[in-house]
Amino acid sequence: MAISQSWKRYFKQWGALTVLGFFVIIAVGYYYLKDPQITEAVLASAVRQATPLVLGAMCGLIGERSGIINIGIEGQMLMSAFIGFLVNVWTGNLLLAVFAGVSTGALLGLLLAFMSVTLKIDQIIGGTVINIVAVGLSGYFYQVGLTTKGKLAPIPLGKLADLPVVGRALFNNPPITYSAIILVLVVHYVLFYTRWGLRTRAVGEHPRAADTVGINVYLMRYVNVIIGGGVAGLGGVFLTLEAVGSFERLMTNGRGFVALAVMIFGKWTPLGSWGAALLFGMTSAIQTQIQFAGTVNIPHQFIGMLPYLLTIIVLAGVVGKSRPPAAEGIPYEKE
Amino acid sequence: MSEEQNQSSFLANLLDWVLRVLQAVSVPFVAVFLAMLIGAVILAVSGASPWAAYSALFKGSFGSPEAFTRTLEKATPLVFSGLAVAFAFKGGLFNIGAQGQLLFGAIISAALGFAIEGLPAYIHAPLALLGGALAGALFGAIPGALKTYTGAHEVITTIMLNYIAINTTDYLADGPWKDPSPSNIVARTPKILETAVVPDLGGFPVGFLLSILFAVLIWWLLQQTTLGFEIRTVGQNPDAAEYSGMKVARTVILTMMISGFIAGMGGSIETQGIVGRYQPGFNSGLGFEGITIALLGKTSPFGVIPAALLVGAMDAGSSQMQFSANVANEIVDVIQALILFFVAADVIIRWLLRIRDEGDVVKLTTGWGK
Repeated sequence: MAISQSWKRYFKQWGALTVLGFFVIIAVGYYYLKDPQITEAVLASAVRQATPLVLGAMCGLIGERSGIINIGIEGQMLMSAFIGFLVNVWTGNLLLAVFAGVSTGALLGLLLAFMSVTLKIDQIIGGTVINIVAVGLSGYFYQVGLTTKGKLAPIPLGKLADLPVVGRALFNNPPITYSAIILVLVVHYVLFYTRWGLRTRAVGEHPRAADTVGINVYLMRYVNVIIGGGVAGLGGVFLTLEAVGSFERLMTNGRGFVALAVMIFGKWTPLGSWGAALLFGMTSAIQTQIQFAGTVNIPHQFIGMLPYLLTIIVLAGVVGKSRPPAAEGIPYEKE
Repeated sequence: MSEEQNQSSFLANLLDWVLRVLQAVSVPFVAVFLAMLIGAVILAVSGASPWAAYSALFKGSFGSPEAFTRTLEKATPLVFSGLAVAFAFKGGLFNIGAQGQLLFGAIISAALGFAIEGLPAYIHAPLALLGGALAGALFGAIPGALKTYTGAHEVITTIMLNYIAINTTDYLADGPWKDPSPSNIVARTPKILETAVVPDLGGFPVGFLLSILFAVLIWWLLQQTTLGFEIRTVGQNPDAAEYSGMKVARTVILTMMISGFIAGMGGSIETQGIVGRYQPGFNSGLGFEGITIALLGKTSPFGVIPAALLVGAMDAGSSQMQFSANVANEIVDVIQALILFFVAADVIIRWLLRIRDEGDVVKLTTGWGK
């Protein structure tokens, strides 16, 4: 009885993702038997495409769990990608560049926290400000023709990288892709098994009650949004330093917004977001594969639309049934 | 009542009114000033002369009759996109999708403009304008319906629909509707026929007059009709609206449709009055500038007009600035973003100016949940 109850709860929350995941596994198995090389390549590309999405989604959920909506992830990623890129061009140092990008994201997180916690501006407008500022600043200071000095290279993890099916996808990745996977586990642990996580969730669900028992609502929100910004910044430098190796105007291309859909699909949890991000990454990987193979005669614009269509379908199908943190979007007023 | 008392109370009323107007206008003014100031610092840091840049910007937007015409032309679609965003705000919706609706309006009006032959101008031009606006309305209805029936938040769906609109219009302009003339190698539609053009009369774009007419219409719709009252009520308090028997679902969809209609009309005007055809990239950014304009104009239909003129002047002058002061025209985007910041963060300005009165606080957006 008790077991069937908990299964019911599990399926109510995770049914859609589980069923989808099941289909994906069957499809992967089928195609692996048909063409192992391409299947492994698609899987590896899916994991990497998922990296900026899952990092963006975690930025969103860390903030929203504490009650702050972050619609500026796109801008945080774009600006971090740009600053990380510039620092690398100037110094030639990859580690320093990653650090600069993460700091940029955190700094924009501070700006968002200042606007929404201290100034109590409408949070969605605040995020929009960040997006527009990032587009303007990165566009103004960008010069055509610069490329990074080197890129973050894959580090194969010994024999694990030679495993069939998942070896190349999970154990032969560049550092930021690894750190995204590790961060998912860390954020999951911190959010659900530590005092800090409990306080964060309390502040996001019922700030008044949290305040009454002595939790500093403002401080919790500030710190969470700043950390979230840093995580989004990591997603940004992934684009310039790990994936592409150069910067283009508007290169985030909506990933920050797709990440919000990933977060909602993942029900504001790190593990769920990771699953959802992999699903999105899979779509992008298959899309690239189709374009590359050129066997199907569909105009490239329609293939390019897929992630955005998928986002809308996910939102339309899932949002009504999932519940965001109760106090998000509402500025907290001390009595 | 004596004559004297009457007169003094009239004067007091007048003074009160002037003070209130000054206070309402002071926040946007200071916001623009502060944004220009920070813009000057950024210019100086990046090694350019702020004075040279700003005077070139001014010369390129108001310095000559031609420059002023250009400013009006730039401002015309901006009035529409600003109105579209402001109108949605009144209904409690954040329409970031004005860009996509505008693109559909622009390409449909171009298609109607080049494909239909043999109509007199007084039918052809309005027909193409209306066709574009209706395309925008239909595209705007999608996020409205999604919000109503599935709860998907309009902020994300409209952004996604923007990307879908960019891809679809790119496909049309590079595929079925591509300009077939042998000299053409880029993605663009043929030029629209002479009969579909919305002209300039002695340097004054007819489209700008139309945009002012639209602002009046929207004001009338919002303030003087039952529908407008319903839209505003749903925007301020959907629960109260529901309780008093209004059809909230229908109102939300209708608000998005009207907002899309306005944005689509902006796209039509851009095609028929300025560009003369649809060409991808010629109108990127107009929808986003609409957000800045709507907030700078305090979401009022009449406030949108001066706000659009200001942003239009910056856009018009930026090429002159790039040419004669050698400053990348993206600095204009930075300044506009800063304006948006200071308008949104009007607490800072109210504190600077020691304005105590909070004014009427408008509830702009809602969270993900219902």
